[in-house]
Amino acid sequence: MAAPRTTGYRRDALWLAAMVHRVSGLLLACFLPVHFLVLGLAIESEARLDGFLRWTDRPLVKLAEAVLVALLAVHLAGGLRLLLIENLSWRGGQKRMAAAALLAAVVAGLLFLAVTALP
Amino acid sequence: MQQATEQSTGRTIAVAIWRGGADGDYQTFEVPLGANQTVLDVVTYVQRHLDPTLSYRFACRVGVCGSCAMTVNGRPRWTCRTHVSKVVENGRLEIAPLANLPVIKDLATDMSRFFEKWQAAKGVFAPSATRGEPIAAISPATPERRIVDAAIECINCGVCFAACDTVRWNEDYLGPAALNRAWTLVNDVRDAGNGERLYAVSRDGGCHACHTHQSCERHCPVGLNPTASIAGLKRRTMAAYIRGEVT
Amino acid sequence: MNVHLYVLQRLTAALMAPLVLVHLVVILYATRNGVSAAEILGRTRGSLVWGLFYALFVAAAAVHGSIGLRAILREWGPRSLAASPRGLDFAMYAFGAVLLALGLRAVASVVL
Repeated sequence: MAAPRTTGYRRDALWLAAMVHRVSGLLLACFLPVHFLVLGLAIESEARLDGFLRWTDRPLVKLAEAVLVALLAVHLAGGLRLLLIENLSWRGGQKRMAAAALLAAVVAGLLFLAVTALP
Repeated sequence: MQQATEQSTGRTIAVAIWRGGADGDYQTFEVPLGANQTVLDVVTYVQRHLDPTLSYRFACRVGVCGSCAMTVNGRPRWTCRTHVSKVVENGRLEIAPLANLPVIKDLATDMSRFFEKWQAAKGVFAPSATRGEPIAAISPATPERRIVDAAIECINCGVCFAACDTVRWNEDYLGPAALNRAWTLVNDVRDAGNGERLYAVSRDGGCHACHTHQSCERHCPVGLNPTASIAGLKRRTMAAYIRGEVT
Repeated sequence: MNVHLYVLQRLTAALMAPLVLVHLVVILYATRNGVSAAEILGRTRGSLVWGLFYALFVAAAAVHGSIGLRAILREWGPRSLAASPRGLDFAMYAFGAVLLALGLRAVASVVL
């Protein structure tokens, strides 16, 4: 069934920034229970937690962790932009700020990879 | 009857126009491409020369009334202020009614919802004086009036409402225009209705439902910034909440 | 979203900004030379500071994340849930409770 096409604004940078904020938050919220369960392995024994941490030494897992670090950084930076908009008087440069948030995320993810890959 | 000032380029464009109600479809017309042609010119041409059953709204034709707002190639715009040359893609145009409003027919929507939310946001001036008192002297240079003046030119065209995904996803959301108007009244020193108004914009679907997509700001043909107005409402309502004035 | 949820969500957001920064630094510091349970637990076991830090972080994240989830369900969730304020509230409290319980358990497991 046809419908009028009315969502051209979904290409705009600031709309995309809002979606990055929402999706990163959702993914982090899904990750948290897993994170807590893993740390909770220490209740059984240090060896149990250590066993799991050995599993995370694999490159693909490290990559996934880098993505999580990037998600956390972009959600924080985007959230700071929102807190500024909502609590201080309006300022321009929103697209620049949103781009800076994305950059911060990439830097954080890359830093994580660098730290884990080059001891 | 040819438009007196139309200069034909000799080329045509394919114009897909939404026909029918919510469950209609696009119908394509071949329209001569003119110099300095606006999308409203195109719609008018179709209705006058190709299909007199096409329904659409317009009034002033010069960008001061907002009646001709429609979706053009996916974005809500004033069609009288949209030059075809700026929006045509590969010789094609797509014209649809404004989003987030029930379609009456073709390009005409029912704007009742838009105005009901305006009322629900208390976007109405509540007088604090009578005709017996002297007219209030409001200097345009005061901080409050500067805030009001920056947001007061809204002509209720519905473009921001149609561009907002939060309006689309949350049917309780009052929307950018209603909240923007509420903000102007919150800052109007003559107004006496802030008790009810701050309460009205603090409930479900009020200003706090705004997720700062900024589509409203991006598309407002008058250059208003409802995102900023809504942020202002968030500050005022949070302060009122902390003082226990809105629960 | 209304004013109550908004205030809670923004307050926990502001509270977590410095906590997240510290956590990111901790992550980068801890993962150099690979991370092992012994290294983590060596620093957290018996530490009041880390216990309080992460307990606060968990509580704030539980409130912030559950309210955020409610907003997403309201706008993107299945129609029946999105149209039910009680259903949305239930999902919010349930998710918040899960995060709080698992989170405080995790803090206890590495601190005590």
